[in-house]
Amino acid sequence: MASITFREVEGSSLKYWLLFGGLGLFVLFGALAWNYMHHHGHVVTGMDNQIVWGLPHVFAVFLIVAASGALNVASIASVFNQKMYKPLAPLSAVLALALMLGGLLVLVLDLGRSDRLIVAMTHFNFKSMFTWNVFLYSGFFGLVGIYLWTMLDRSVAGYAKTAGTAAFIWRLILTTGTGSLFGFLIARELYGSSMLAPMFIIMSFAYGLAVYLMVLAAAYAWTGRPLGDAVMLRLKNLLAVFVAAVLYFTVVFHLTNLYFAKMEGVEAFVLRDGGIITTLFWVGQIVIGCILPLFILLTNLGKTRVWIMIASGLIILGGMAQMYVTIIGAQAYPLDMFPGLLESSSFADGQFHTYSPSVPEFFLGFGGVAIALLATLFGIKVLRLLPASLDDATVARLEH
Amino acid sequence: MEVAHGRPESQAASSAVRWGMLVDATKCESGCDDCVTACSTENGWTPVDQSVHKKQAPQWIRKLELQNPLTQMETNLPMMCQHCADAPCVDVCPTGASFKRADGIVLVNRHTCIGCRYCMMACPYKARSLVHESLNDTQKPDVPRGIGCVESCTLCVQKIDRGDGTTACVEACTASGHNALLFGDMNDPESEISKRLRELPTKQVRADLNLNLGVRYHGI
Repeated sequence: MASITFREVEGSSLKYWLLFGGLGLFVLFGALAWNYMHHHGHVVTGMDNQIVWGLPHVFAVFLIVAASGALNVASIASVFNQKMYKPLAPLSAVLALALMLGGLLVLVLDLGRSDRLIVAMTHFNFKSMFTWNVFLYSGFFGLVGIYLWTMLDRSVAGYAKTAGTAAFIWRLILTTGTGSLFGFLIARELYGSSMLAPMFIIMSFAYGLAVYLMVLAAAYAWTGRPLGDAVMLRLKNLLAVFVAAVLYFTVVFHLTNLYFAKMEGVEAFVLRDGGIITTLFWVGQIVIGCILPLFILLTNLGKTRVWIMIASGLIILGGMAQMYVTIIGAQAYPLDMFPGLLESSSFADGQFHTYSPSVPEFFLGFGGVAIALLATLFGIKVLRLLPASLDDATVARLEH
Repeated sequence: MEVAHGRPESQAASSAVRWGMLVDATKCESGCDDCVTACSTENGWTPVDQSVHKKQAPQWIRKLELQNPLTQMETNLPMMCQHCADAPCVDVCPTGASFKRADGIVLVNRHTCIGCRYCMMACPYKARSLVHESLNDTQKPDVPRGIGCVESCTLCVQKIDRGDGTTACVEACTASGHNALLFGDMNDPESEISKRLRELPTKQVRADLNLNLGVRYHGI
């Protein structure tokens, strides 16, 4: 195999520090938003006793799912031994860690008692999927960290395949756990399905790769390093397969529900009567998140860098819409305690629940995204994560 | 007449007892919310109509109005924590703060609840509320509450442990003359509630979930 030179990003330009400062500002806003929410309580958010998980969960779960998927490229390199992907692997691992960090921060800072985080780390109920996720997330940091070490330190390079395989299996279990956070809930119609676990895995593949592609292209464009089309075109084909699979799972999930009379109400809510939820499902999740990207990636448009970036951006937006529909939509539909009867009460029983996210919730979410990007930006400055060149000739040599 | 089951503090709750409630919806008066008021007074939570932030105000018990759209038949009943034997909230709680006492009462440990709200996502009865803001001074010394924690009906555990043998809502319903609520030990075949449960056809809400509820309804 031809050797490849990895080099840190110098990170001394005005552009680097502007980006660093801009992201830092969003991290600061996120911290202020948390402080505000923590001081006053969740009363200052749009959440209430009907919509108990709001926008922070949408951001957090998206980031955690994308984190798992961002490891795709590294997995293909180590586990499936595709040489072309090897130079792309270190960034993949760092991005996975950074996204996980951002997602987890948003999740724990949205707790009603975020000051009691230590309780969550010392008291465990092993029947809870949440508890399992605490271990899955910690293990993810450990395993991907070791995996990254095997990529960066030649003295332990021999363990890369083992570490990569362990990280690969672990993240499949991790995303199963994330999907099962919802899948294991019996109360709500849209949950309580084993479909959610594999669906979250395939969504993680798509969202994670879309984020990875955008970060990769940005890093090379802004540092003036060559990035050939061979790499981008291979990855965009993969992305198209993942998006098609997401669409397939979504269609099967809803078709199955539609067949059951007891699910007709909730399906009518998501697909037709749910207002913003319906709009986000059709326009966000389906058109922006699946149809448009598939069209771009599978036609000639997908052969140009700009359109691949647009498709990736659409997949990320669609992914956020999907998380909103999955998390908020399922809560917005009232619990059906007495099937066939109309319910009313002082507690909004029998009504579609509305939710308007507040400004602090947005900033907490953006803070998590900013932390993830900031950690990546810092990572490529201090570690040799990016090949000096990924032009087509260099990449072609790797495969021989 | 049922015997009160007071026990000394040093003695743990016993699984020989299973506290439960029978709701006779045929006797529950439409428009009456004496049970709700009594619960709020006993446990120190602000009634929703007096709350500034109504959507975020905790409600431990609420009156539910039901109507059959086909037959127009109307039913109304109180809805609160059903004290499931196999409680989903207990299953999902990451820290074990949500727990079931040996005598069947489902509670939240206010010291270890981290406010993740997973129990609220899991509860099929929407029985739980998050305390969204700092509490005013209506708190009761034997009913600990706090911002950022989740709470719900405790079956007036403080009254049971004192040996009152009943709950505030049941007392209020009896005082109003409706007698729609009955509280007692479902494990004791001689208790009033056990006798009535033997006679009356009763249902569990969302019986399909097979959670074995501590609250049983007649007339639904």
